[in-house]
Amino acid sequence: MSDVVKHGRDSTSADVGQGMPRREFFRAAAGTAAALLLCGCDKDAINAYLQKRFQELSPDEVKAVLARLERKYKAKFGKDVTVSAKPARGGVLFGYGLDLSRCIGCRRCVYACVKENNLSRQPQTHWIRVLEQEKAKGVDLEDANPYYDPETVPRDGYFYIPVACQQCRRPPCTKACPVKATWTEPDGIVVIDYDWCIGCRCCMAACPYGARHFNWGEPTLPPEDVNPSMHYLGNRPRPRGVVEKCTFCIQRTRDGRYPACVEICPVGARKFGNLLDPQSEIRLIMEQKRVFVLKSELKTEPKFYYFYSL
Amino acid sequence: MWSKKNALFVLLPATILVGIGAMVHEIRSGHRLFHSEWGSAGTAAHSPSEFSEVFAPDPLEGLTAGVGEIQVPPPPLNPETWPCSQCHDKDLRNSERRVLTAAHEDIVLHHAEESRWCLDCHDFEDRDKLHLANGEKIPFEESYRLCGQCHGPTYRDWRLGIHGKRTGYWDGSKRYLLCVNCHWPHAPKFKPLQPLPAPVRPEFLGGTPSAEILPAVGAGEKTLDQGAAPGEPAPAVKEEK
Repeated sequence: MSDVVKHGRDSTSADVGQGMPRREFFRAAAGTAAALLLCGCDKDAINAYLQKRFQELSPDEVKAVLARLERKYKAKFGKDVTVSAKPARGGVLFGYGLDLSRCIGCRRCVYACVKENNLSRQPQTHWIRVLEQEKAKGVDLEDANPYYDPETVPRDGYFYIPVACQQCRRPPCTKACPVKATWTEPDGIVVIDYDWCIGCRCCMAACPYGARHFNWGEPTLPPEDVNPSMHYLGNRPRPRGVVEKCTFCIQRTRDGRYPACVEICPVGARKFGNLLDPQSEIRLIMEQKRVFVLKSELKTEPKFYYFYSL
Repeated sequence: MWSKKNALFVLLPATILVGIGAMVHEIRSGHRLFHSEWGSAGTAAHSPSEFSEVFAPDPLEGLTAGVGEIQVPPPPLNPETWPCSQCHDKDLRNSERRVLTAAHEDIVLHHAEESRWCLDCHDFEDRDKLHLANGEKIPFEESYRLCGQCHGPTYRDWRLGIHGKRTGYWDGSKRYLLCVNCHWPHAPKFKPLQPLPAPVRPEFLGGTPSAEILPAVGAGEKTLDQGAAPGEPAPAVKEEK
């Protein structure tokens, strides 16, 4: 037995042999690997590989990461882009209101979101899903149809519920993530670090709203359709194998703007604002109208409120 | 010996096999997955560039973050007929309630028409003005006050930002629309719209990508500027007034 082992060692690793101590061998091997890595790959690729979790980056490291991403996207799409990492503002907690008595199910919001957030065109990803429901049945998510396609909407006897990330106060998705790649920001937006996500999809299983979407294929985005105003935690192009979802258009809302879906809605059914400001539209809605949240029995406490103005 | 137990051993797997076979057949023939109501909806991916006319140009001009003013666009007056006084001078005045035939035939009142007509809102003396129920003359820019006389709760909601569309900055200046920017006052009910295409159903997500939405990156000669494939008109979106 020992002969066989000895024989094998002698024949396969003759160079290492008895002459070179093991420690020295490993040192030489590591040196060679590092040299190969440095010569063979560019610095950006190495830095991308060694990048830490977003929340653990120092301000200088964040700057370096953003600059690297801007170079990467410029090389990929052939146009200048800006990737921001603008932090949450103090005294702001975002909330959303959706008027179910106004929504007509025209899906303008779905495609405005695709355009704004650089969603993959093929395979297709939609962050907003509009559900058609029978008025006679009321809100019944089990019996909703997202594939309705009549000549015109609204169809008689039906109403429409657009569903995207509900931005829960107690999000089950962030608890399910084994690597802490998704978390709630101080302004209430649940975000994902696409560079830290390992693609296990535990968060998708945990989300009761089907709001998270996995990039099974390489996302494709025509260069002329790229929205160059990006946020690290928002609409920057995602790689294959990571999960993504609505971020309340973090790249717009942190600059004070309304989300893209709010601005496109032809019936003004979508409302957005600061829940901590008593004069904001969303607070006035909560005071004047009867609001409800989806699947309230699950105690996820969404910041996405549905209401009926009529 | 052919006992009941043996029969169970044969029949149960057989039933399960037949059941699985039937399910596979059903799925492969599309009966199970294809909701009859859905038709061909959701079989192909669509890109927003196919209906770019739906997406309004950048509405940020003239708006600033952090400042709380509200801008209201002018009322959509027809430049061909405005100002009204260019025709409705001292000689062209008729306060008699009638069906309009000489002009404005396109206006068919569908707004509580049994109890209302032109001069309930338009002022008889000053044709470039509207008037409230108390006789106060108001410019067309303030038509929302006229609407608010009857539609009190909606008027209140509109002023609070609950009714109607706002664009711009949630924390700064924003743009409001007048009632008449969305609702044609003579027939204010919102007209139905053609919906944008349904999302792709999961069974078609892996389908062959169509040329018009695949990026040209690395593909060489593929171009992206065309709207729709030849012979297949882009889905026209009817924007009715």
